[in-house]
This record gives sequence, structure tokens and C-alpha cells, in this order.
Amino acid sequence: MSNLFDIGDLRITFDTKRGPLKAVRGVTLSIAKGESVGIVGESGSGKTVMSRASMGLLRGRRVKREGSVKLNGVELLTMTAKEIRELWGKQIAMVFQDPMTALNPVRRVGPQMAEALVKRMGMTKEAADARVLELLALVRLPEPDKQVVKYPHQLSGGMRQRVMIAMAIACEPEILFADEPTTALDVTVQAQVLELMGDLRQRLGMAMVIITHDLGVVATHTDKIAVMYGGEVVEIAPTKELFANMRHPYTEALMKSIPRLDRAPGERMPAIAGTPPDPVADRVGCAFAPRCAYATDKCHKEHPELTDAGNGHAYRCFFPLGGK
Amino acid sequence: MAGTGKAHLRSSDNAVLRVEDLVIEYPGRDGSAVQAVSGISIDIVEGETLAVVGESGCGKSTLAKGIMRLINTSSGSVNLLGTNIAALKGEALRTVRPKMQMIFQDSISSLDPHLKVNALVEQPLKVWNRGNEEERKAKVRDLLTSVGLDPEVVGDRKPTEFSGGQCQRISIARALTLEPKLLICDEPVSSLDVSIQAQILNILQDMKERYGLSLMFISHDLSVVRAISNRVVVMYLGKICEVSPANELSERPLHHYTHALVSAVPIPDPTKVSGRAVLEGEPPSPTNPPSGCRFRTRCPAATDKCAAEEPQLTYAGNGHYVACHHPRA
Repeated sequence: MSNLFDIGDLRITFDTKRGPLKAVRGVTLSIAKGESVGIVGESGSGKTVMSRASMGLLRGRRVKREGSVKLNGVELLTMTAKEIRELWGKQIAMVFQDPMTALNPVRRVGPQMAEALVKRMGMTKEAADARVLELLALVRLPEPDKQVVKYPHQLSGGMRQRVMIAMAIACEPEILFADEPTTALDVTVQAQVLELMGDLRQRLGMAMVIITHDLGVVATHTDKIAVMYGGEVVEIAPTKELFANMRHPYTEALMKSIPRLDRAPGERMPAIAGTPPDPVADRVGCAFAPRCAYATDKCHKEHPELTDAGNGHAYRCFFPLGGK
Repeated sequence: MAGTGKAHLRSSDNAVLRVEDLVIEYPGRDGSAVQAVSGISIDIVEGETLAVVGESGCGKSTLAKGIMRLINTSSGSVNLLGTNIAALKGEALRTVRPKMQMIFQDSISSLDPHLKVNALVEQPLKVWNRGNEEERKAKVRDLLTSVGLDPEVVGDRKPTEFSGGQCQRISIARALTLEPKLLICDEPVSSLDVSIQAQILNILQDMKERYGLSLMFISHDLSVVRAISNRVVVMYLGKICEVSPANELSERPLHHYTHALVSAVPIPDPTKVSGRAVLEGEPPSPTNPPSGCRFRTRCPAATDKCAAEEPQLTYAGNGHYVACHHPRA
């Protein structure tokens, strides 16, 4: 498989009153054509900033961007706003967590979707209207012809998310970023939306990046998973390998904190004590060391590099768990 | 799933809360009334955590607000420690309010952004004129410490400076200031990261033991519910489908709706090909609920009987009650 999308040593720094905020501190990640990748981490781990920067959404005087983001070998970071806008929708698209704020609240769903098709694909208005119905049927929205005349607030959360997905795939992008696509939804609807996204990916042959705080969400429907902490990838592996053979203590802690149906009721939840590291502060040792149950002096003093364990599995830890 | 009936109610000797046949209506557009809660009966005994589970729109939050008397109920009774508060008004209602408190899903917006944390937690004591200034300060320090916050560090800061998880800790402290008997938690962890969810669930568990609380815990996620509750009530479109002990429910869901909820929980294991019963569609509108069993329009086992006759909650062994004509084995 050739690489569709290449992120190379990406660093994003925001200029803030408190000083430079290093949200992403050197992330390298490649995504093959049609591949599905999960990016997992807590709030503040840099997962959203990384994905938005990859989309070319973060720009301006107060954002310092280093490294590279290449789509089909073409560098995105140096593009002008106008150049990158040409790629949005057609090659690269995004679904956001909160469909209510991502949709225009004062326009009906149908015209809102059709507008994008007219502008991006050069369709006639009639062709665009027909395509909207097709797309809504594709995302299994019940009775599309009745939904297009509604305003976003008249739809349920799950239906709005389906509309968002339909809009994102309207121009058949090669890669779709989904930032916490199911977090605001009920579990039942979450299951429906995940099923749908997995199904669409196969049908359209697009690559997909699912960003989430919940390892359970990406256990199915992904080929590989990158775990982020403090702006870095701390572990990356093919999905099955990661769940079978977790090496980083943070990954393990995240896994243990998921509420599960097979745990005894009333049993104390293994929470991760402490809070994520301050993104402004300078860092010496391992980012996770202050919260890590296994940390030693070395972890507080030296910064671990990403160690390749073969089979596409790499981790950033001096004292990895398990090991064969 | 119409689930009327009170078979699951227990003898009321040590009941903190006993709700019977509660109906809550909202005015509809054309002057008709929409029933969000259609004759629900639940009880919570001392020291128990009762979870109420269901999808968006099933009436679980309305039920909580009705019990709290934040909205008016249409009929039925709400007995809090033996007093029917559904009938109370004015000062009589105000005097029972300290016995029940509530925390919300969006903890950041439920705290006044202009007040410092100390003032936020102290406010209920001032309103009720409890203790002198020194006693109040000590109480605030004690509460903040018990929810895992350092009073020296957080006391003089405002809610906007904190994360969602920290704000939820502050709202728990604030809710416990007046030492309530009943704490209603409306989706308290659903907007938090999984790692933080676990922290908050642990704190609720600790607080329950420390202050002798009874909890009503509202959620759409059965895996969260299992971690914290003793008994679970499953709601659908304003009615109860199933009532069961927490462990029994996820291991042996009898109602087809509960089964769908159980199988919707993502399993963090890619090797487990889950036999998922993904529920299609969304709940019908409460303005015009289906006849008979309200779940029949989405139910895989629905028959003619389900449309004609409303199932009643009946005992199915192991403390388990179900309202279904064709329960799962």
C-alpha cells in the first residue's frame, strides 16, 4: 500500500499570554489509501489540534507550524488558504463532534447541502438536489425527501450527525477526519453511526481517521491506532496487536478506565490519578511520568524516544509493559 | 414496553423516595398535552443507587426534574421520606428542598461563572442561614477536600479556570453542602473523557458512603450504570420496560430493548465479534405513541398482541421485572 497521507514530525505551537503552548510536539504518522486509523487520547492530548492542522485549518500569526503534512506527496502546510480550500471536500473532509454548531441553523438541510455541491462540483441546482437525496439515502436517513426541508434543530442528534457525514462524503474525499463523531450521541445511535462510517469507508474506498477519547469506539472499524498523550504519540500499533499486547502504561490505564459490562457491579473503577501535563511548561522527562505507576528517576529526567518493536508496533517508554 | 404496574415497588419502610403513577405533560403545539412521563412508579431505599437508563427523549430527565419539583407534575405522587412533595407548594416545598439535590451533565454551565469556588459551595449554607462564618468556611474546606480538590488551590478561582471533570467535582461538593438524603445525577459523566469518568464515579461512590446518600443516576450508557448502581430501571418513551438488579440486567436482559442497549456498548476488544443487535431507527414521537407496547415499532419480536395490549410489569425471578409479552429467555 502506498501512503496517501504523511504527517512528518508535525509540531504546532500557539503563541499565548503564558508563553508558547506546544500542543503537538513532533507527531509522525502515515495513512495508506483506504486505511482506517484511530487516534486516541484525553482532552488536551493534542489529538484535535493535530487533525485540524492536518486539514490545514489552523493558520494565522499566532500559530507556528513545523514539520510536514503531505497528501499524495503534495505539501499542505505551505499552501495558501485559497489553495487548500480547493482540496476540502474533494480530497480531504472532516466530521465534527457537535453537528448542531457545524450546521447552519437558519438554513434548511437540503439547500445547505446542495450549495456545497453546486460550488464544489459545479453541478446544476437540479442535479445537486437529486444528489442530496441520494446522499441522505446513503447515510440511511429515513425519508430523505421529508428531511431536506427541515432545519437542523428539527432533527435529532443522530440524524444531524448523519447529515454531517453525508455532507463530508458528498464530493467523495480520499480521506475523512472524524473528530469525536459519536461522543455527543446515545450509545445506541453511536453504534449505528460507527457501523455506517465503517460501511461507507469500504464502499467508497476512502481512508478514515477517527479521533476519540474512548478506546472502545475504535476497537472495531480501525486498522491501526495511535495513542496520544501530551502532544506526542506514545504508542502506535495495528488495532489487534495493540489490544493484545499493550506496551505503554498510559494505553493500559486508558483501557482499564473504560466502564465495562463484564466488570463486577460496584467494583471501584481504576481511574488515572492526576491531570494531563501543562502544554506550556517545559518538559524534561516522559510526559506521563507524573501519573505513571511504574515511573522511576530515569523517567522524570530523560525523554523516551519512540522504540520500534516490529510489526508496526512502536512505543515511547523506557520500561514497557509485557514484552515477549 | 408499556410497562404500567407497580409490581416492582418494595414495602415502603425504608424508602427514601417512592414515586407512584407519575405523569408529566408538556403543552403541545395545538393545545394538546404531550406525555413525557406516562405513569412511572419507582422507589429508592436507603443507601441504594437506582439507575434510570434510556435513549434521548425517553423521559428520564423529565422524570428527574419532576421528582425535584423543578417542573410541575400532572398526576401521581412523589413521596420523599414519607411526604408527598408533588402536592406541596411555596414555603412547605422550599423546606423539603435541601433533602434532595441534583447535579447535571454540563457541570461548567451549571456553576455561576462570576462566583469563586468558595462562594459557590458556601452559597446554600448562607441561603439557609446555617452556622456562623467560621463553621461555614470549615464545611466548605471539608467538602472540597472530600471530592479530591485542594481548598487552598481552588477556593479563590472561578469555574471557567477548571476542566469539565473538576467542575463536576465542584458541583458535587455544592450539592452535598446541605447534607441531602437524595442526590439525583443527570448524565453526570457523559460529557467527560473515559479516564475522568472513572474518577467521578469513584467520588460519587465515596460520597454515598460518607454522607449516607441515596442516589438516582440517569444515563444512556449501561456500562457506566453497571459500575455504580444497585438497581436499574430501563425507560422507553415515558414508560418502564424493565427493572432489575444491575448485574442481572446486563447478563440476562429480558426486554428486547434492554438487549439492544446492552449490545450497543462498544467492547474494547477487536477479537470479540460482538453479536450486536444494532437498533434501527430512533424512538417514535411521544406526541403520538404507538398503541399497546410502545417499543413494538422497533422490536424484532413484535406480534399483533403487542399492538393490541399494553404489557404489564411482571416478576421474572432474581429480583427482575419485565413488561413484555414475549420476553427473551
